[in-house]
Amino acid sequence: MDTVIDAHDISRIFNPETIPVIAVNHVHLHLERGEFTALVGPSGSGKTTLLNLIGGLDRPDSGSILIDGVDITRLSPNQLINFRLRNIGFVFQSFNLIPVLTAKENVELIMQLQHKNKKEVDERVRSLFEQIGLADKMNERPSKLSGGQQQRVAVARALASKPKFVLADEPTANLDSKSASNLLDIMALLNQEENITFIFSTHDARVIERARRVITLVDGQVHSDTARVETSMQH
Amino acid sequence: MWLLKLAWKNMWRNRHRTIIAMASIFFAVLLTVVTSSLQKGVFDNMVRNVVSFYSGYLQVQHREYWDERILDNTFQQSDTLEDIIRGNRNVTAVAPRLESFALASSEELTKGCMVVGIRPEQEDQITRLSAKVIAGKYLGDGDRGVLMGEGLAERLRVNVNDTLVLLGQGYQGATAAGKYAIQGVLKFGSPDLNNQFLFLSLQEAQRLYSAEQRLTSYVLGLNDPDRLGEAESSLQASVGTDLTMITWEEMMPEMVQHIETDQGSMLIIQGILYVLVGLGILGTLLMMMIERKYEMGMLVAIGMKKFKLMQLMIVESVATVLTGCGLGLLASFPVVYWLTEHPIRFTGEVGDVYEEFGFEPIFPATLDPGIFINQGLVVLGVGLLLSLYPIVRIAQLDPVEAMKK
Repeated sequence: MDTVIDAHDISRIFNPETIPVIAVNHVHLHLERGEFTALVGPSGSGKTTLLNLIGGLDRPDSGSILIDGVDITRLSPNQLINFRLRNIGFVFQSFNLIPVLTAKENVELIMQLQHKNKKEVDERVRSLFEQIGLADKMNERPSKLSGGQQQRVAVARALASKPKFVLADEPTANLDSKSASNLLDIMALLNQEENITFIFSTHDARVIERARRVITLVDGQVHSDTARVETSMQH
Repeated sequence: MWLLKLAWKNMWRNRHRTIIAMASIFFAVLLTVVTSSLQKGVFDNMVRNVVSFYSGYLQVQHREYWDERILDNTFQQSDTLEDIIRGNRNVTAVAPRLESFALASSEELTKGCMVVGIRPEQEDQITRLSAKVIAGKYLGDGDRGVLMGEGLAERLRVNVNDTLVLLGQGYQGATAAGKYAIQGVLKFGSPDLNNQFLFLSLQEAQRLYSAEQRLTSYVLGLNDPDRLGEAESSLQASVGTDLTMITWEEMMPEMVQHIETDQGSMLIIQGILYVLVGLGILGTLLMMMIERKYEMGMLVAIGMKKFKLMQLMIVESVATVLTGCGLGLLASFPVVYWLTEHPIRFTGEVGDVYEEFGFEPIFPATLDPGIFINQGLVVLGVGLLLSLYPIVRIAQLDPVEAMKK
């Protein structure tokens, strides 16, 4: 098996000196390449914090996180930004895109940060827009796109850098059922065809239903970890 | 390139706010450039007027004369020296003088006065003395008569063709005495000149004071008064160590002080204006940082280095400042040019008062590139200084905190 994420005994405590809140409590997490995993649990269970930790946006108070063998807890802030740029794709709940840029420019931005040449950028962007089914909307500003279309562009941007995995924090939270279903279809297809690893934090039953592995968090601890083979192909 | 493109698009994200920020900079620059140009124009004009009354922009004197103005501190008249002075590119006119005090007596009265020996034609190039003659005629070469201020003539109750006796102390303690016909009466704007000054030809003055071939000064007119210091130092190197160059600033420190005080007041006003504009820009930056906090967090999260984000913010704020500043400079150029060509002219009583004192009754501007450059640099400095705020905020930015709703 090809390990992408190996989080060992990680904890994150907020306000340790006033009113300590243990957001993530001694969690072990092991994810393989090509997984389509949902992190679920009630509000305050630590889903987003765990996602931030494995995404290198936050640092654990204890434990280690290995991404493709690199312990990201030992990286400097600048190294971490560079690591995120080259290894991790992000899809956030909303307000994902830069409003003054077109959909195409939003996707290009990440590759420009990676100093990719124009030819490579153009080819990759065209291919991604075809994959998300928005080739005809490439030159539209985000304000001209629906919420679902914007999230699809956000997925394209997350994939533009060819990351090791994509972290999606409640990606369907602000979408209607049809848009959510479309988005999940695209992500499931990319997962199936290109073996891209997706990790979601979600409350959404539609996402949970499509996930092949569901990790449930309660009070910052892994309450259950269930593999459900072939569910992502149901729709 | 993409950074510039993104910065430009971000600038117009909130069109009204950007326009307001640019407009405030535009008007501040326009106002400060026009007022500075007017202020400098007025001061230049005032200095031009005052130096043309008597002192010239620059004088060559014996090194001890300015501290002790006696005839023993005179220097030898020399055509070679005069040629050297004329050789300076900035020098437009040179007038030799011999000046000392004397008692002037008419039939009934005696008054102390300043006697100035001049070469009439050369003197006229600097002080336009011939234009001040209100009775009689100006001195010509070989004339033995005297010209005197109107006030002095009134005090001595004399007029043209009357006789005046001068009595004083000459060079190296000699007695100075002479009898002269009044050839003309002069009217000066300055009361001091009007009430105390008396002119005669250089040769006559040298004869009166037994100071053959001696001078108290060469008075210099300059082509470019802004390069006074340069002219002073190059001439000082040419005239040797026994002689010294005295600028109008050293001769009239009270006028320098007046200009400096006025410039100080203007700087304070401009400073207040820039603080107000700066606060306006800071307000814009504050709003922008609040509005774009989530987006900045997101950009850092997906892999934009903070340094890159800082560059983006600097480009945005400096471009806003520079655009407003550039437009302000462009707009102020024709205004200042027009005021240079068509100076504001005082009329009525105010104009009469100005003319009475020998000043041109105008409020001119000057098209000095230095003013435009300085204002541009000041505004750029303000822009860069204010850019520190987003830079500091970005340095402290935590993407997780920034993306919290």
